[in-house]
Amino acid sequence: MDFIHDNILTLVLFSPAAVALVLLFLPAEEKGLLRWTAFTGSLVPLALTLVLWFGFDASAEGFQFEIQALWYDAIGSSYHLGVDGISLAMVLLTTLLVPLAILASYSIDDKIKAYMILFLLLETGMLGVFLSLDLLIFFVFYEIGLVPMYFLINLWGSEKGERKLWGGMTVPARTYASFKFMVYTMGASLGLLLAIQMIGAVTGTFDLIELYEVWQTSDASLEVFGLGAATVRSIAFWAFVVAFALKVPVWPFHTWLPDAHTEAPTAGSMILAGVLLKLGAYGFIRLVIPLYPAESQTFAYALAFLATMAIVFGAFAAYGQRDFKRLVAYSSVNHMGFVVLGIAAAALAQGTEHATIAMNGAVLQMFNHGLSAAGMFFLVGVIYDRTHTRDLEAYGGLFALVPVYGGILIFTSMASLGLPGLNGFVSEFLVVRGAWPVLTGFTALSMLGLLFTGAYILKGIKSTLHGPLNTHWVGHLTEINKRELFVIAPLMVLMLWLGIWPAWLLSVINGAVSALFG
Amino acid sequence: MTMILALLPEILLVVLTGFVLVFDLVWRDPAAKRNLGWLTAGGAFLILAVSWLAARPGTAPLEVWGGMLRHDWLAFTFKSIGLVGLGVTALLSMDAPGLGKKGEYYLLLLTSTIGICLMGASADMIMLFLAIETTSIPLYVLAGFMKTDDRSTEAGFKYLLFGAMTSSVMAYGFSLLFGFTGTTDLYELAQGLASGELTEVGIVFSAMLVLVGFAFKISMVPFHFWAPDVYEGAPTPVAGFLSTASKAAGFAVLIRFALAAFPAEPGLGGLDPIITILLAGACVATMTLGNTIALAQNNIKRLLAYSSIAHAGYVLLGVVAADVFGIASAVFYLLAYLLTNLAAFGVVMIVGRAVGSDEISAYAGLSRRSSGLALVMLVAFLSLAGVPPLAGFIGKIWVFAAVVNQGMYVLAFIGVLNAIIGVYYYLIVLKFVYLYRSDDEDKPIRITRPDALALGLLTFGIILVGTIFAPWWGIADAAAAAIFG
Amino acid sequence: MFPILSVIVFTPLVAGLLLFLIPGERHSEIRATALAAAAFTLLLSLLVYFGYDQGAAGYQFTEKYDWLPALGVSYYVGVDGINAPLVLLTGLVMFTGVLISWGIDDRPREFFAFLFILATGVLGVFVALDLFMLFFFYEIAVFPMYLLIAIWGWKQTREYAAMKLTLYLFIGSVIALVGALGMYFTSGLGTFDMIALEAADFPLEFQSWAFPVVFLGFAVLGGIFPFHNWSPDGHVAAPTAVSMFHAGVLMKLGAFAALRVGMMLLPEGAQMWMPVIIVFAMINVVYGAFIAMVQTDFKYVIGYSSVSHMGLVMLGLATLSRNGFIGAGVQMFSHGVMTALFFAAVGMVYDRAHTRDINKLGGMVRYMPLVAVAFIIGGLVSMGMPGLSGFVAEFPIFMGLWTASTSPINTNWPYAGWVAPLMAVLAALSIVITASYILRVIRKVFFGPIPAEFEGHIGPITALDKIALVVLAAVLVLLGVFPRLMVPLVETGVDNVIRLFGGA
Repeated sequence: MDFIHDNILTLVLFSPAAVALVLLFLPAEEKGLLRWTAFTGSLVPLALTLVLWFGFDASAEGFQFEIQALWYDAIGSSYHLGVDGISLAMVLLTTLLVPLAILASYSIDDKIKAYMILFLLLETGMLGVFLSLDLLIFFVFYEIGLVPMYFLINLWGSEKGERKLWGGMTVPARTYASFKFMVYTMGASLGLLLAIQMIGAVTGTFDLIELYEVWQTSDASLEVFGLGAATVRSIAFWAFVVAFALKVPVWPFHTWLPDAHTEAPTAGSMILAGVLLKLGAYGFIRLVIPLYPAESQTFAYALAFLATMAIVFGAFAAYGQRDFKRLVAYSSVNHMGFVVLGIAAAALAQGTEHATIAMNGAVLQMFNHGLSAAGMFFLVGVIYDRTHTRDLEAYGGLFALVPVYGGILIFTSMASLGLPGLNGFVSEFLVVRGAWPVLTGFTALSMLGLLFTGAYILKGIKSTLHGPLNTHWVGHLTEINKRELFVIAPLMVLMLWLGIWPAWLLSVINGAVSALFG
Repeated sequence: MTMILALLPEILLVVLTGFVLVFDLVWRDPAAKRNLGWLTAGGAFLILAVSWLAARPGTAPLEVWGGMLRHDWLAFTFKSIGLVGLGVTALLSMDAPGLGKKGEYYLLLLTSTIGICLMGASADMIMLFLAIETTSIPLYVLAGFMKTDDRSTEAGFKYLLFGAMTSSVMAYGFSLLFGFTGTTDLYELAQGLASGELTEVGIVFSAMLVLVGFAFKISMVPFHFWAPDVYEGAPTPVAGFLSTASKAAGFAVLIRFALAAFPAEPGLGGLDPIITILLAGACVATMTLGNTIALAQNNIKRLLAYSSIAHAGYVLLGVVAADVFGIASAVFYLLAYLLTNLAAFGVVMIVGRAVGSDEISAYAGLSRRSSGLALVMLVAFLSLAGVPPLAGFIGKIWVFAAVVNQGMYVLAFIGVLNAIIGVYYYLIVLKFVYLYRSDDEDKPIRITRPDALALGLLTFGIILVGTIFAPWWGIADAAAAAIFG
Repeated sequence: MFPILSVIVFTPLVAGLLLFLIPGERHSEIRATALAAAAFTLLLSLLVYFGYDQGAAGYQFTEKYDWLPALGVSYYVGVDGINAPLVLLTGLVMFTGVLISWGIDDRPREFFAFLFILATGVLGVFVALDLFMLFFFYEIAVFPMYLLIAIWGWKQTREYAAMKLTLYLFIGSVIALVGALGMYFTSGLGTFDMIALEAADFPLEFQSWAFPVVFLGFAVLGGIFPFHNWSPDGHVAAPTAVSMFHAGVLMKLGAFAALRVGMMLLPEGAQMWMPVIIVFAMINVVYGAFIAMVQTDFKYVIGYSSVSHMGLVMLGLATLSRNGFIGAGVQMFSHGVMTALFFAAVGMVYDRAHTRDINKLGGMVRYMPLVAVAFIIGGLVSMGMPGLSGFVAEFPIFMGLWTASTSPINTNWPYAGWVAPLMAVLAALSIVITASYILRVIRKVFFGPIPAEFEGHIGPITALDKIALVVLAAVLVLLGVFPRLMVPLVETGVDNVIRLFGGA
């Protein structure tokens, strides 16, 4: 037990990879065995996370369960892990969503072994980002996650659709989307990479805890390009911001997201929306604001502007879609905008109560969006599996055919919409409450965006469930099955629970947030 | 007694000549006359062994015949080179049609070798002239030995004309020098020339005249024109002998004469600056011309002729450096070159005999017809190109080092760039050997026992000199030291 | 003491000669002998690698015998932190190269013999502590390449490529030779012992011209811009195992010798010329990647990617900083293994599909999933994906660029403060370019629909091929996850270099 307790973070981090290793040695033809091994294997990190959760002391300051080991000491990087309330929430979200996503991918039949291995490796990559307290390790995991995602989209993405490139060449849409995803993300993280290199080179360490102390004061050695330290730091700040903003994604860096979502397999979309987007927001919280408090305060308005644009344009764009999955994808842009708005507000109002409230809201919104977006994408996947279309105009009046599914869809949509009593409301309220006093104008604008959120959600529900019944589907459309219910049920429970009593999660988050901004 | 010791190789060669003469009369049957080759080769190697055991020179030079001949390491080294050349050439000639079964062929070869030995040892202008003529006249005959072959006759005649002309120019130079100084002793010339009563122009002019003679022997540009035609026309073993032993002897006299008669300062060694410039220019021209023209050749013997001109240029690098290191490197180079080029000509002879052509295209598919012969060719040509672990590589390194040592970096760079041109055309030949196919691949090439022995020895020697080079460098160093006293 | 380094160096040579004792048509015995020799070499190189005492540092396993004492030439071998990984690399490439050459049917005896002579040359250079010896083995390493490419290479370009390669490399080496001879005489020490020459303290005026001569002469073999042209042509024409050797080991030979002879012996010259070298290296990195992007021949893509990645080695050296050196040291090993893996994979595809045009290939993952996985791992390494060895190598190189201006050994360079970081920013572009071309190749060759003409014609790869791929891929992953397996070792070597530059 001591061993588990002492090494719990390492265990959480690498247990998915270990399961992947086990899968490697299973025969590729035994599909049932592979699926169930992957699923039960993915429960291991969840169980460990629960151990972690109950062992976590919400009232204590700083990072807990820290582990530090030699890794690359030639350049001052070590294997340093630790959790605080914010990362704990994200770890919980990840380990919770992955088993559900695996369960949701039982419908996949092709190259299932490789699929499951990649999925579990993806989980390790995501967990690594949330757990690391070393800048280099952070980057390592941040980038590693790209690879499985690339292949998930590229190989198991939707098989229809083509994209015309300049030059007249046509490629399958999933190829286009995965390539765009990979190159956009890598391109944006170039700046991050260069900035991290510079930070490491200038300070001689990558340890975040140390960097929080020394980076802001390392003026003397920071005169690269013959520019002053302040300028260099601002450039580095923007390098970080661009990388994470693209990942979130914030307008105008969001164009890869609808493509990636549309083409990704259902489970891939769940994880992409549920967890991967959080990596960007988490980067803001864990790295940008603590490392660049002054710069982030200076540029908070710019960030808030981008966030507001994301909220408004995301909503507008979602409303304009005919493709159900694209609609949900743009809703992610819209919702993640609130996260960034909260972060911007917190950055601007550092040290005040508003900052704490906004940041609490932002982190909670990350968690909530993880639940609802995963749920929404899953539900889109369920109906797509049966109809093989995502065209909203091809549906219509399906409520009569699949009432249970319809009920679940409405419930999840409402959570996403921010109906009071469900989880979305709590977090958006907190964000707005925190942001209003400091960023009044932007917040007001984003309230407008919220209005359109209602519009597109209702549009989605209306086109699928209500209206005249499209008789084409009579007799073809089957009700949601047990396995699928099993996937969505935990999500629904959590949405409701967090809507009614968010304190169990907020108390954990709040500890970390106050430590950061209090 | 000292005289016998000093002249031991020459004396034994004369004895050997006598034996060959006798047995030529005893063995009437042409098949038996082939054994004269064994006799000559065996004799040559025996003489080499005996000389090394009994007649190694000491550190101080031994003067005989009133200073006309010197028995020092320089002379001894070149005598050894001559003997090796003789032995190998005799072996390779045994199965050459029209050569191997003729007593007079071996006699001429032996006579020429006696001349070569004397060239290395001469320390007097008269002796030198005699030695050079002793070497050359039999070679004129040998080049034209195939009386029925027009090209051979032409080669012999051309060689004769060229040789006679340059000899006479050289003799004129000798007479001028004698006129200036009143002595024929090389080692006293320097004193006489430095007495101050002579204009520099006169000295340089006469030096140039003398050098013409040597230049002819070593096929230095611009006195190289005879080489391609003679090599192509002469019987292949003779061409091999010409390009190695005879050339080495030319260098021996060049080195001794230039350094003894035209030092930078009498008694201090080095080389007169004007002569240095002359030689350096000739060296650059020789290397560059030899290599560039070799690029365009289709006939392997002409290619080897031009390559042999280029190699003379590399050796000249060491001579131009004109210090102990430089001369040692030149001598070492000649040693390596002797083995390498003999092997190359050996292969050319065997292949030429089998396929009846010396065109490079005739070498297609050789590696499939005889992998052993191809391997010897590979070793020989890579050694010519200067690839380790073969003798040629070590030789090249040290001649380049010699000019670098003197700060003549430009010469070094020209030298190495030339070496690259060399790589190109040697590889082209190897490409035919290893890469191209021919219709005759199923016909293996017969290699006779003496050929196999000679090529085996040479290949072994090339690798030996290329890997364990300390003893050979020791010899070269001793030879160089002998000049500088 | 057991002369382990000499045994490593001469095992391939002896094996190559032994092969000639086996009749040429008994292919299986020839292959078995070759494999045994390669495995033995690999084993010994592992012993050296893990037997190196990092605490003691310095040159270890040294052996010294007089070779030509009159001129100070000796047979002097030893390993330090920089060449120990390279010896291991050679062992690895040799072993895997023999494994994947199992199918060669045209004169396998000569093939393995020449390959092994090449290996002896390469190993000799890596362990040489004597300048003369280094050249001796350097030339030995260059020439078998000609025959290997010209005889067993791709019919359409092999003669041209082999000749081009040989001439380029020969020009480079002889020019470096003149510089090296200059060192020998200028030092006045009368020895070729490099450890002695390190202390020679050459006059600045000499270093200022000798350094570029020596460095560039060797760097030609490292594929430095603008002398990189021979390299992709050579890669493409060479048979698989030779490509592996060529890109995996031979190009390292150039970079290594440029470091060992150029930089370590002429540090002040290096300081003077590095602003120029750094720009060339950056062009190498970016230009190589761009050219790779537009290739349609599978092997040319990899060939140019090698040019790009070797540029990173040069870039690391050119930073003249501790991190840069460490990165360059690791990159030499990492790139060696990676590119060997690449060429092995390309060879397996080509042997079965008989085309290397990436537009004509497709869907190979169906027939050879392991090749696809191995190639993807290699591809990720080449993109510098974290968690793999490429990242471990490239990251310090870039860090070195950022700190080039403050590196204690980097003097004489007025604009280091902005030039070097600028190079970092520009060179970083290559990461995205690399990602794009690698992904393109992966997608086109291994995924997508299978062209009709391949249906049913493509056989699976052999067990030996699999072993080779797994070994190489495992090394890349291991090194990426546990940099400690190599970095501290390289550090000990780098500290020595820094010392020679007058740093602490």
